[in-house]
Amino acid sequence: MDFEDSKEEAAFRAEARAWLENNIPSENDLAGLDELQRAKRWQAKKAAAGWACIRWPNAFGGRDATAIEHVIWQQEEAKVDVPNTSSFFGIGQGMAGPTLMSWANDHDKARFLPDLASGEKVWCQLFSEPAGGSDLAALRTKAEKEGDDWIVNGQKIWTSGAHYSDWGILVLRTDPSLAKHKGLTYFYVDMKSEGIEIKPIKQISGESNFNEVYFTNVRIPDSQRLGDVGQGWHVALTTLMNERASIGAGNTGANFDSVKALAQQVTINGKPAIEDSAVRAKLANWFVEEAGLKYTAYRTLSALSKGELPGPENSIGKLVGARKAQDMASFAIDLLEQQGVEMDAEKDLAFNSVFQLNYMGIPGLRIAGGTDEIMANIIAERVLELPQEPRMDKGIPFSEVPTGS
Amino acid sequence: MNFEFNDEQHLIRDQARSFLRDNCPSSTVRGVLEGEELYSDALWKQICELGWTATVIPEEFGGLGLSYLELVVIAEEMGRACAPIPFGPSVYLATEAIMAAGTDAQKKKWLPQLAEGAAIGTLAYAEGPGETFSSALGTSAAKDTITGKKCAVANGNIASVVCVLAASDGAEGASMYLVDISETGVNAKTINTLDPSLSYADVSFNAANCELLGEQGEGWSLLNALLNRAAVLYAWEQLGGAETCLEMAKEYAMQRYAFGRPIGSFQAIKHKLAEMYVKNTLARSNAYFGAWALNSDADELALAAATARVGSCQAYYYASKENIQTHGGMGYTWEFDCQFFYRRSKALAVLIGSERQWQEKLISASDLVAV
Repeated sequence: MDFEDSKEEAAFRAEARAWLENNIPSENDLAGLDELQRAKRWQAKKAAAGWACIRWPNAFGGRDATAIEHVIWQQEEAKVDVPNTSSFFGIGQGMAGPTLMSWANDHDKARFLPDLASGEKVWCQLFSEPAGGSDLAALRTKAEKEGDDWIVNGQKIWTSGAHYSDWGILVLRTDPSLAKHKGLTYFYVDMKSEGIEIKPIKQISGESNFNEVYFTNVRIPDSQRLGDVGQGWHVALTTLMNERASIGAGNTGANFDSVKALAQQVTINGKPAIEDSAVRAKLANWFVEEAGLKYTAYRTLSALSKGELPGPENSIGKLVGARKAQDMASFAIDLLEQQGVEMDAEKDLAFNSVFQLNYMGIPGLRIAGGTDEIMANIIAERVLELPQEPRMDKGIPFSEVPTGS
Repeated sequence: MNFEFNDEQHLIRDQARSFLRDNCPSSTVRGVLEGEELYSDALWKQICELGWTATVIPEEFGGLGLSYLELVVIAEEMGRACAPIPFGPSVYLATEAIMAAGTDAQKKKWLPQLAEGAAIGTLAYAEGPGETFSSALGTSAAKDTITGKKCAVANGNIASVVCVLAASDGAEGASMYLVDISETGVNAKTINTLDPSLSYADVSFNAANCELLGEQGEGWSLLNALLNRAAVLYAWEQLGGAETCLEMAKEYAMQRYAFGRPIGSFQAIKHKLAEMYVKNTLARSNAYFGAWALNSDADELALAAATARVGSCQAYYYASKENIQTHGGMGYTWEFDCQFFYRRSKALAVLIGSERQWQEKLISASDLVAV
């Protein structure tokens, strides 16, 4: 057991670090650009030097790198002050890219993947619907064949980045007379198509990271279908496998370091809160979870380093990380007592209102990319191999499935 | 990055697991739990022959001279089997104490015996209900003899050698002393406990001969150093127990039908088992870090030990109680094995300081090490 890079890994790390250090964009380079433009500028620079989507084949804008090299690259990039690209390109590169790689024809791969890698084009994912969230395959937005086109009507929801995306991947119901999973087909769509209307959703945090996307007689050419008609669920699984890999919980905001620092500043019974045994016990429990996630990631890295695929232990990251951050934010606000209620980005408040921001932001993280309950089901069914819950929608046409409305 | 055991260590785990499956079935645990025998002597002799008690003892003292990474995989299997033998206190506490602080003569006298299992050891520090304080020890040493009473000493009635924390002989603070239990003036009285598959005694010393172990006045710091090491080893043993609970609960949930379906198909059960899996996985990852820190004598040992200990205490408690719950009424019967692990989880949870004490140590350690 050791934490050292292998010889090859160390050489790769040095190469990555050297390139990053020589190519960090200056404030001048980025002057006058908004966040998306900054991200595009940096992504294009990486792509030109072969540092974009490095696991992808060279031919599609990648570098043919290994999984462990990808992790090393991410670690090194996180150490330098560069524009955040993952919040804009993460979905396209993390989910649409791998799906295209598996299912698109060679012509389309050559057409779309290099632009996706370089950030030139942004892709979004249009899966969830008002009637299909955790039960994604219950989606109803329908596509009807008309000549060489499909005519699409319905509504998607929770679409991150729809308003700045060029393309979207989506699953549509092409035959409601078939059983639920069988009547679905997978497409990609030009987000500027006539009949697409995008409305931002205001979250409880006050931010708008997601959208509703309405489809009214939107025309999608049959050539933009991925997989066969009726094979949509199968194709969607490619995307979803990658979603679980790409949505993590992060560890910023309310974490052991920040809440401990707060507990050193505020007092309980006239003494620093950090001396209170109840506070220490809570902090210790959170440390155990934080360290447990960190070393679970190390175990995954070790598997990657040996060329193995990561095991299912990785699926616990979001589940544990999100609920821990919520509880820590809540506890930090309690430590602030009466003033904990105050939240104002303009004022110089303790920890810049980070705990209050987390408190309002984390409920979304416990839902996005698989709710806590769905994650627990995944662990129970895929890892522990417990039987599925009996279902009311099996073996009957989708149109006859009870909907409660 | 190589945060994983090597092939030989995996092999030792596989061998230990299959050996204990064959030689420590639940009837062995039940035999000690229900019977008069203080521990399974037959199993003890077998594992000593396999050299498990000798794992980390240097070859010059009759040991195998292997690393702690080999010992932790054995510890996990001990926990998995709920083995009713005096392994932990003898190997994780007494052997460690003598290796860490013993004189050459003390090592020569005791380590070969501990290695081959001819001698069983233990460590005694608690004297009554609640936390032990170095300044309030009722046991004291004078003129190479020791007097006082230690309570609920694991292996107290079967050990040949006891490391005893006592007020120093003519110096400030506490010191550690080595007592050969065959000396006159030592009296061990077996006590009834929550976990009769292990053996405990109250041990009293009445001017019994003793030898200083380590430096005069350094008993408290030696104790804490030993507990940090033992915390990692016990964390693996506790983790093993927690894993058995998850396996038992899973197996039962697949077989048991209610409302016309396996109870494992109900989300109430699935989510309970998923939570066990989460706690066990986090505990395992922290135990890995503990093993690394112990094996490399890292500065992070105190923090890593506390983290592993708290994680494993919580995982084992949760898994053992929810295993009974998953089994329903049958899980509460004497006939079922769920009780073994529920008992053992609490016995191990207080053996080297409670979860609360280790939470406290964790935060103190986090002040010293860059996290």
